[in-house]
Amino acid sequence: MFRWLRDHGVIERNLILMGVLTLITVSIGGLVQIVPLFAVETTIERVSGVRPYTPLEQMGRDIYVREGCYTCHSQMVRPFRDELERYGHFSLAAESMYDHPFQWGSKRTGPDLARVGGRYSDDWHAAHLRSPRALVPASVMPPYAFLDRPLDYSDIQDRLRALRIAGVPYSDEMIANARADIEAQARPDADASGFQGRYARARQAAFDGDPGRVTEMDALVAYLQMLGTLVDFRDVTPAQLRQP
Amino acid sequence: MAAATATAALAPGQASRAREATYVEAPIRAFAIATAFWGVVGFLMGVLIATQLAFPLLNLDLEWTTFGRLRPVHTSAVIFAFGGNALLGTSLFVVQRTCRARLFGGEDAGWFLFWGYQFFIVMAALGYVLGITQGKEYAEPEWYVDLWLTVLWVIYLVVFGGTIVKREEPHIYVANWFYLAFIITIAMLHIGNNISIPASLGSAISYSAPAGVQGAMIQWWYGHNAVGFFLTAGFLAMMYYFIPKQAERPVYSYRLSIVHFWTLIFLYIWAGPHHLHYTALPDWAQVLGMVFSVMLWMPSWGGMINGLMTLSGAWDKLRTNASLRFSVTAVGFYGMSTFEGPVMSIRAVNGLSHYTDWTIGHVHSGAMGWVGFITFGALYYLFPVLWRKKGMWSEKLIAWHFWLATLGIVFYITAMWVSGIMQGLMWRAYDELGFLQYSFVETVEAMHPYYVIRALGGVLYLTGALLMAFNLWKTVTSSEALEPEPAAAPAIAVAAE
Repeated sequence: MFRWLRDHGVIERNLILMGVLTLITVSIGGLVQIVPLFAVETTIERVSGVRPYTPLEQMGRDIYVREGCYTCHSQMVRPFRDELERYGHFSLAAESMYDHPFQWGSKRTGPDLARVGGRYSDDWHAAHLRSPRALVPASVMPPYAFLDRPLDYSDIQDRLRALRIAGVPYSDEMIANARADIEAQARPDADASGFQGRYARARQAAFDGDPGRVTEMDALVAYLQMLGTLVDFRDVTPAQLRQP
Repeated sequence: MAAATATAALAPGQASRAREATYVEAPIRAFAIATAFWGVVGFLMGVLIATQLAFPLLNLDLEWTTFGRLRPVHTSAVIFAFGGNALLGTSLFVVQRTCRARLFGGEDAGWFLFWGYQFFIVMAALGYVLGITQGKEYAEPEWYVDLWLTVLWVIYLVVFGGTIVKREEPHIYVANWFYLAFIITIAMLHIGNNISIPASLGSAISYSAPAGVQGAMIQWWYGHNAVGFFLTAGFLAMMYYFIPKQAERPVYSYRLSIVHFWTLIFLYIWAGPHHLHYTALPDWAQVLGMVFSVMLWMPSWGGMINGLMTLSGAWDKLRTNASLRFSVTAVGFYGMSTFEGPVMSIRAVNGLSHYTDWTIGHVHSGAMGWVGFITFGALYYLFPVLWRKKGMWSEKLIAWHFWLATLGIVFYITAMWVSGIMQGLMWRAYDELGFLQYSFVETVEAMHPYYVIRALGGVLYLTGALLMAFNLWKTVTSSEALEPEPAAAPAIAVAAE
């Protein structure tokens, strides 16, 4: 018994052998768990409604990432009764299929945000971001008043192009109109025909309360207000939600 | 043969003393200083952000000092700056001595690794403060910093492997297996999780190649194995070198080392999905993650037993050797967190613990108790050796450090257990009419006293680290120097070989 342990001396005397065996040993688990997620189509539920982010929403998402919101907020509702009541329907893989990177988070110092869209008014969000404790006295969230500064979207086309390489289906038309679409979405009265055709059910509003200029606040609130609103769960059947 | 391998690190005699003169040491001294320095920085950042959660005014109304931007500074400073410098420094120290070979690439390679790694740390941290981040936990540095680390890591592998190739010992010592697995696997994970597309070559912004569910799986395959290979395998290598050295005993069991090594590295990789229980990740992956996490308990405790039992016959040294006390307590904390981890990976438990402070407490019993303590033990051993001193400047200060740090950890993890479980229960509490009993903000309010206790625990831990820094500095500047080698004859003979 344990003869094989004596043979281990062979590995101990050979750096290359030990390195290669180590690499093989540590590769197996990851391959088994990761590769099927790309190969098995039903990993992403077959629901309709999920679309790429509008350029303004994507800029808002980039601000969400920049500020490290994921360090305190999750975007992943679990299939529990209390989470259903508190946040809404459990999150689907389909709902984050265009999220580069995913922002499911791991900690709820603050509440889950996967379905925060539409729950509060734009004004509430802007005021809350500027001074969280003015609205929620027991909140421990940092204030984000500095977001009331002009949004720099000069590189929005570069951003959308990079996202297209990563797999988000932005069309040439979407990329060509990206700057105009940002301005259209942040102004409630702008001509919206082209914009609405490109991004179904996207909301136009003066998200920060000031239609005169496009700010970082506009972008972040536009993003928060669409979170979890794309899939209409009244139309979803259990068969569509089945994963492998 | 078995015994020979197990005791290789301990080969006594004058030859090793004379040989020391040929080892590369200056960059390792720098790594040791950097470890202590970044440790203090990392703990300080931890105290700051813990206090921010109790008193949000401390976010200072500035964009650079919000919790969201500083939290990665804290985690990266502790994991990659404090832990990373400890790993690089000790690995270069250990590999030379256990192979009885001078560092491959010599002093220049050591200095390149040192400055290259500090550059990585500073670039990453500057990015976080300025809002440049990939937004993936423990993989926050943007693409250009990742590329730099990749280059550096390949050179690290060459320097480390090259030294092993040059070895005079026939066998590769067990500590080096763990260092090697750490270097190879971190390379795989780092590249695998950081594939991203920059907005343009002149832009700091990039988008990760995978999205959503695949992105989450890859991230936690990386994230959990940053724990498994950065914070565990590499530090187990330290355990396999420094505990036998400090206890002056060979490793307890050679066979257990072999079983420990291969099972640990095989099983760890599978554990990632336990970070994604009840999410949109398909159930089959979650179940795999849970099952392997529970199995992981065995090799983890195998390693713990191997470390602790190395002291058999030398337990009395715990009373007299304060730095050994750190190393051994570290292994105790390792055993504790590697039991807690599998428990938390069970889906039913995770349903309660996930998203709460319990996870944070678990991480900290591992990071402060295991990673921190084994590193402190190694530093207290290394400083006198590297600076040729008879011993540390003050044993008493080490004892103070030990008790302050232990008390700090106890404060920290008990506060987080209570707050985590309480918060999990409050989220799912119903009143008699069947409505949710608490609004979310009521659960936030309930956390306040525990956030204060946690911050206090952090202050104690930080105070201990400051005592250590002072003690290390005094050791370098005013500890009594080691006398020149008395048994001159054999030493010179070897040196002249």
